[in-house]
Amino acid sequence: MTDIAYMPGCTLKTSGRNFDETTRKFLELFGVKLNELPDWCCCGTTYSLASDNLMYHLAPARNLVKAAESGSSKLLVPCAMCYNTLRRAQDLILNDKEKRDKLNDFMDKEKTKISGDEVRVMHLVSFLKEDVGFDTIKAKITPPPAGLKAAVYYGCMLLRPNEIAIDKHPEDPSIMEKLLEACGIETVYFPFKTECCGSYQVVNEKRLVVSRTAEIVKSAFRNGAELIITSCPLCYFNLDAHQEELSRGVKYFNTVPVMYISQLLALLAGVVEGSNYSLHAVDPRPLLRKKGLLA
Amino acid sequence: MKINVSREILAGELRDKVKELSAQNLLACYQCGKCSAGCPSIEAMDIMPSQVLRLVQLGQVRQALASKTIWLCAACQTCKVRCPKGVDLAKIMEALRQVVLRESANYVQPNEIPGENLEKLPQVALIANFRKFTR
Repeated sequence: MTDIAYMPGCTLKTSGRNFDETTRKFLELFGVKLNELPDWCCCGTTYSLASDNLMYHLAPARNLVKAAESGSSKLLVPCAMCYNTLRRAQDLILNDKEKRDKLNDFMDKEKTKISGDEVRVMHLVSFLKEDVGFDTIKAKITPPPAGLKAAVYYGCMLLRPNEIAIDKHPEDPSIMEKLLEACGIETVYFPFKTECCGSYQVVNEKRLVVSRTAEIVKSAFRNGAELIITSCPLCYFNLDAHQEELSRGVKYFNTVPVMYISQLLALLAGVVEGSNYSLHAVDPRPLLRKKGLLA
Repeated sequence: MKINVSREILAGELRDKVKELSAQNLLACYQCGKCSAGCPSIEAMDIMPSQVLRLVQLGQVRQALASKTIWLCAACQTCKVRCPKGVDLAKIMEALRQVVLRESANYVQPNEIPGENLEKLPQVALIANFRKFTR
């Protein structure tokens, strides 16, 4: 068993627990054991952009300290928002000596001072590509007999800014499509795959998010998607939770179930446990049964 | 939109504050509009993101601060990655929000959020929202 340090993030422990559970179960098949960072805290998303606000960088910095102390050379992060925040905080610590020193000095009760190069922060998909290998995954997968058309919705956090992008073409990424295609899934292109879902505007400007969701889901549907795949618990919520009101209010709106990438991968590998389908607003089970992925 | 420009207005403290907080060269923007073209929140905005920066360039910071635009930003970084001059507009928007938040009150009142929303919304939405919209 290979042990890897793991940062689930707060949301993957609650509303996003399908993502957490299925990621663990899927990686177990490849001999990867995920060890949660001891005493990890919320990553404090989103990455603070003000030039003088070091307090806001403490949350990701502390997690990087825990990662450095774990002894693991890699930190696996499935949540796109944690990934983005941790990577950018790490880059700040690595490149800005003055801020690095201030942060380390402030965290004087921590046992370890960090320089930002102790651990490689990796998103789940990058780990699957580089450390597991798409061919190795393909060997463990049974493609759905009836085929399945999925639209991969990347959102923002995996692709922007360029320094942290999981694909070398952030305006037209294909890494997740290549993974799914290796598993016998047909992926469809749609022009909204890297457009922001509205993110945290869902709290106080819900109309904006509902409008974005409508565009994204309609576009995916029109391009033939039967399923939308995502890797971010906020994108997942925004795209999933608002479809019911959209199908009541908007003409010709067709619901499309949304799933985390690990949920689909686990099912393709024959692992049925790990997903609690009551956490989905748009139930993917009818589609999954039709495709022979679920009994 | 009436705009008064003068040496005094251009030398204003507020503009310097925005420059400092964002660590950006505000004058590098040549108003190509790529940021506005890519902005996902544009449909709800009163002035375009590129217009917000234009106002700041011309020393009209109070007008920029009064817009709905700076609060509709989702920090998606699309503007930043597409700017041909390398201007990080996301940082400028954050700077403008910080000027308001540090001067006056929170934009969002966490204790006024309905209980049912607090239960339904994923934590990540609330955390990110409060990070951006409260002191």
